[in-house]
Amino acid sequence: MIHTGLRPGRYAACPEVAAFEAALEPGSWGACALFTGAMRGAHAVERMELEHYPGMTERQLQELAEEAVQRYDIQHVLLLHRVGTVLPGETIVLVASWSAHRAAAFQACRYMLETLKTSVTFWKKEYTPAGARWVPPPRSGVAA
Amino acid sequence: MFGAMICVRYFAALRERLGREGDQLEARGELSAQELWRLAVGESWPEQIMVAVNQRLVSPQSCVQDGDEVAFFPPMTGG
Repeated sequence: MIHTGLRPGRYAACPEVAAFEAALEPGSWGACALFTGAMRGAHAVERMELEHYPGMTERQLQELAEEAVQRYDIQHVLLLHRVGTVLPGETIVLVASWSAHRAAAFQACRYMLETLKTSVTFWKKEYTPAGARWVPPPRSGVAA
Repeated sequence: MFGAMICVRYFAALRERLGREGDQLEARGELSAQELWRLAVGESWPEQIMVAVNQRLVSPQSCVQDGDEVAFFPPMTGG
C-alpha cells in the first residue's frame, strides 16, 4: 500500500504511522523504517514558509513512493510533507517504508528522503527578527 | 480564433525577484524552454534554474508549445 500527501497544518508522526499500519494486511511486513524531520529552532529562525507547486508536488511524491517500491524490496510506503507556515519543533517530513526485512526498509527510506530533498518541488523560506531568506539548496553529496 | 497561449509560472525566490507569479505568451513557432525564458523575463539563462513543462522536470533545451504550462524555479529545498 502507498499513501503520500501534503499536510497544510501541524501533524504528529506517530498517529499517522499507526493509522497507516492499522490498514496494512497483517503479516505482510516484518520491518519498518521511519524517518521524521522537524524544523530546528537554531539561528533565531522563528518560522518557515514551505512553498510548493500544487499538482506537481503531489504527483512527484506519489511517483517517488512508487519508484521506491519498484527499486527496493518494500511492500508499503507512507510519505507526508508539510506545506505553509511551520514553527520550530513541528514535523516537516515523514518517510516510512515497510518490508519483509530491515535492509530494504532502511535503504528505501533513505533513498526517498534524499531524493525528495533535491527533486520534489518544495522551497523553504526562513523568517528571523532580522529578516527573511530563502534556504540555499544542499551542496551535492552532503547529507545535512 | 485565439490560439492557446503558453502559461509561464514562477516559484519561490524567482517569483519574488520578478515580482509576479507568471506570464502568458504566444509561442509563434518552435521554441525551447530556455528561449521562452529569454522572451518572458528578458534575461539570459541563469545557471541555477530549473524548468518543468506540464508539471514534469525537463532540460532547458526541451521544446515548448502553445497550451503548455511552463514553470521556472530555483533548486528545491524540501525535506
